[in-house]
Amino acid sequence: MSTETVEQVQEVLVKKVEPLFSKRRKKFVTDPLNEDNPITVQVLGICSALAITIKMEPTLIMSIAVVFVIVFSNLIISVMRNLIPNRVRIIVQLVVVATLVTVVSEILKAYYFEMYKVLGAFVGLIITNCIVMGRLEAFAMGNKPWDSVLDGMGSGFGYAWIILTVAFFRELFGSASLFDFKIFSAIGLSGFPTNAMMVDSIGAFMILGLLIWAQRSKTGYVEH
Amino acid sequence: MRRSNGYIIIFTAILTIVVGGLLSLTSLVLGPAQKKSIELDTKSQILSAVMQIQKGDDILDIYRKRIQSVVVDARGNEITTDEKGKPIQAENIDIAKNFKKTRENRQYPVFKFMNKENELQVDAYILPIYGNGLWDKVWGFVAVDEKFESIVGVSFAHKAETPGLGARIATTEIQTRFEGKKILNEAGEVVSVTMQKGEKGGGQASIDAFAGKPHQVDGMSGATLTAKGVNNMMLDYLTSYKPYFEKVKSQVSL
Repeated sequence: MSTETVEQVQEVLVKKVEPLFSKRRKKFVTDPLNEDNPITVQVLGICSALAITIKMEPTLIMSIAVVFVIVFSNLIISVMRNLIPNRVRIIVQLVVVATLVTVVSEILKAYYFEMYKVLGAFVGLIITNCIVMGRLEAFAMGNKPWDSVLDGMGSGFGYAWIILTVAFFRELFGSASLFDFKIFSAIGLSGFPTNAMMVDSIGAFMILGLLIWAQRSKTGYVEH
Repeated sequence: MRRSNGYIIIFTAILTIVVGGLLSLTSLVLGPAQKKSIELDTKSQILSAVMQIQKGDDILDIYRKRIQSVVVDARGNEITTDEKGKPIQAENIDIAKNFKKTRENRQYPVFKFMNKENELQVDAYILPIYGNGLWDKVWGFVAVDEKFESIVGVSFAHKAETPGLGARIATTEIQTRFEGKKILNEAGEVVSVTMQKGEKGGGQASIDAFAGKPHQVDGMSGATLTAKGVNNMMLDYLTSYKPYFEKVKSQVSL
């Protein structure tokens, strides 16, 4: 008799546990990649998208840093969400984000000094990146840790692929290289004229604009 | 849920302590590695005034083999200890801190770039320079020949000059313009090299336009004030280093 009840209890438990990658949870990751992209749809984090996308390498480092910060701050805030007093929640979020950003910046300074010099100020400015605070306030404060981690990944990767795309075109046409590899000289087009506009932030605006155009004409998103 | 003020105070206090502890731990753990990368960066900046540094060069090894450093004061005397009697090392001198002192009281590091074959022969003297740009500090290294007559190479860096305008001082395009320029006039006075206003086309055109003018280099379009800062910095430090080279020359002629 006793075994029966145990089985019943287990059955109930199993029913309650949602699979790690259920349909609902997959949407946390996939939505921000396209339909709810933080940069092209929500138009957040534009400042860094313009500033650091001149070349691929710093952009990649910046992407990794932002993904790291969003995922872990989402996780930490979500774990603490029931302890955080409502009146000081923004400050608490800010402290968590600032701590993670400082750690990233210190690690770069220790092991990747070249990038630290290039990105220096912008890594610090992740603190003010609206995407990070936005996710904490809108999602992590009211959801469970694992969901928040997935949500952080979604927004982080959504940010990353956009700035990497922008950087790809800017480095290709602005410096005629990719990851500092002179790609046009390598295929025998050493006289390829570089476009100085692409090195300027104007180039980022244009590519970002084209990206938003292409994406919105596909998804049919309209601003209300 | 509304929490009491006491809860909020305790919560924030604990948070502050945890975060503070975490950050000081990070700083403590990463400190040595950071010091090493800063050292590597400084040394490659020093070397970049005299050579093109390739990716994968063993900077520390080249530095150890080719660079000998001394510290001099404003009268040109070599100094080995500071006012308190502590030994000083050229690599550890904080140029920024010294910049704030009066010219007479600064310590001036000199990095001698030695000949590859003859270890006693100096190929070039590399001198750190420091000054004010348009928005913030600018600094760099000037390499001069052994007679303190012409410039072998320069490397500039900056904190916050305008990207695309003043920030160009950190590019090789601007820095090559200084190569071979003269420091002293015919009377032997330091006149340094002045970056002009306006720009004559950039690239090789800029170098050619000033080929016959030993004390001038082409300017940077739209960055006259940064250029002014660089000019002041060069004149300031080259003047300060002159007594040392007078001493070196008199020793050689003896």
